[in-house]
Amino acid sequence: MRRESLTPFLLILPALVYLVVFIGYPIVGTFQLSFTSDEGWLGNFKYVFSSKDFQNALLNTLILGAVIIPIQFALAILLALLVNKKWSGYRTLLYIIATPLALSDVTAALISYSIFAPNGYLNKILLSLNWIERPLYFFGYMFKSREFLVIVLTEVWRATPLVFVILLAGLQSINAEYLEAADVFGFSSWKKFFKITLPLLKPSIVSALLIRTLFAFQIFGVVWLLAGRDIPVLAGETYYWYVLRNNRQVASTYALVIAVVTFIVGWFYIGTIRSRHLEEGVRQ
Amino acid sequence: MKNFFYVLAFVAISLWFLGPLFFIFLASLTPSSDFYQWDRIFPTRLTFDHIYKLLVNLGGWRAMLSSIQVAGIAIGISFALGIPAGYAITRYRFRGKDFIKLVMLFTRSIPLVVIAVSLVTLYLRLNLADTVLGVGLAHAAMVLPFVVLITSSIFSGVFVEYEEAGMVFGLSRFGAFLRITMPLALPGLAASAIFAFIMSWNEVFAASVLAITNRTLPAHILNTAMASPDYFKFAAGTIMAVPALVFIFIIRKYLISMWGISLK
Repeated sequence: MRRESLTPFLLILPALVYLVVFIGYPIVGTFQLSFTSDEGWLGNFKYVFSSKDFQNALLNTLILGAVIIPIQFALAILLALLVNKKWSGYRTLLYIIATPLALSDVTAALISYSIFAPNGYLNKILLSLNWIERPLYFFGYMFKSREFLVIVLTEVWRATPLVFVILLAGLQSINAEYLEAADVFGFSSWKKFFKITLPLLKPSIVSALLIRTLFAFQIFGVVWLLAGRDIPVLAGETYYWYVLRNNRQVASTYALVIAVVTFIVGWFYIGTIRSRHLEEGVRQ
Repeated sequence: MKNFFYVLAFVAISLWFLGPLFFIFLASLTPSSDFYQWDRIFPTRLTFDHIYKLLVNLGGWRAMLSSIQVAGIAIGISFALGIPAGYAITRYRFRGKDFIKLVMLFTRSIPLVVIAVSLVTLYLRLNLADTVLGVGLAHAAMVLPFVVLITSSIFSGVFVEYEEAGMVFGLSRFGAFLRITMPLALPGLAASAIFAFIMSWNEVFAASVLAITNRTLPAHILNTAMASPDYFKFAAGTIMAVPALVFIFIIRKYLISMWGISLK
């Protein structure tokens, strides 16, 4: 560490300026656009909040998050515990689980379409096993609840690894001595998990939860490709209002709702990271 | 018994995560006639027709080039600005350092969904609307906080003593950075660049809002897939997946630490 006056600031300044211009300024712009309308400064909000589409979009975004996130966490914890056992081949399994991390939401949606399409592999397999007589349809306005199911499966497939990676990192940072001590006292594996592993894993769980919540409010590509506007979501409506309706103000109003949620969740997130920062400082 | 359980778990988990990839590859290589036969899971022959058609006739190749250009711009800018900042955070002690770190963490959590539409207004003024450069600049903003945090962590892994030794032997500070720290940090930086490439390659929202004619591959797919025949969707999925998978395979050793930093 060197103590110097101006150099570090000059080194950081370009990056900061860039972020101000390309993230800070547009956020201000989002506020401006959403408070600009022909019917007074709250016009967009009155229109958006009273529209059925918005209520559906908000509700769907929340429900999707509420269904997807618990499943992801349950699976991710199981996977992380399994990989953390360090049996032979655990590293290969780690890479296999991490594979979907490379894929975008668009790719994941297309992948699940290849399985759930009318001529997709699920139907082919079930038909050739004679388990069904006619193909099952998963897409289309008539089958909204099935579309919902496919979206949940796709997101669980694609984004569970993300939670898994965070939880695994948390597990690996748990000092093995605690668990050895528990063995000495004859704790059962259940007791070890609930009394030692889980409490020590809590910071990782919290940050994974906050990150997942952030992402849940941005859900777009998967829903847009698999269900279009059959299942409206907040980010999808932003896209719809700008690209298809060419209305920047309403689009910005939707974006602002996502932004407000992001700020709140992000604030908690920074809070947890910061407190962990301080704890680490104390320990040293 | 225990071994049996592990083998079973290994097989089941591998099938769950890799099976869908196998299906999209298979689907994109299956001739349409075979695909539309209910009872035919494995095709009689494999064909690259769909992928060829998507790339040549349906604008896939052009979109792919846009994607690569966008990612190149994003990586170039974010690393040019991010490396000095990351270096400063690791090697210098100064007031407001924690604040800078928090700014990076916070900006990283702001999605492009929130800023894309309003960015169009700025771009119209700057003549950047509907350009590859415009999308690249937005992706650079998305990647930059990540680059600052990750380079700072990479540089902290290079002992400061090496640099100081170099300076004792007459290198300037910048010289020491260039000749000693950079070569040692290079593998990590290359892995981060690949990671940044994947982030940009996969981003779809800003890419479809900021450009109409110069869309990147995911944006192009998103806007044409619904009206396209199935084989287009499968070919598109394969074309999107393969580069990302190859790259993630190259950096697999760095993956966990990289995601650790990018998510924390």
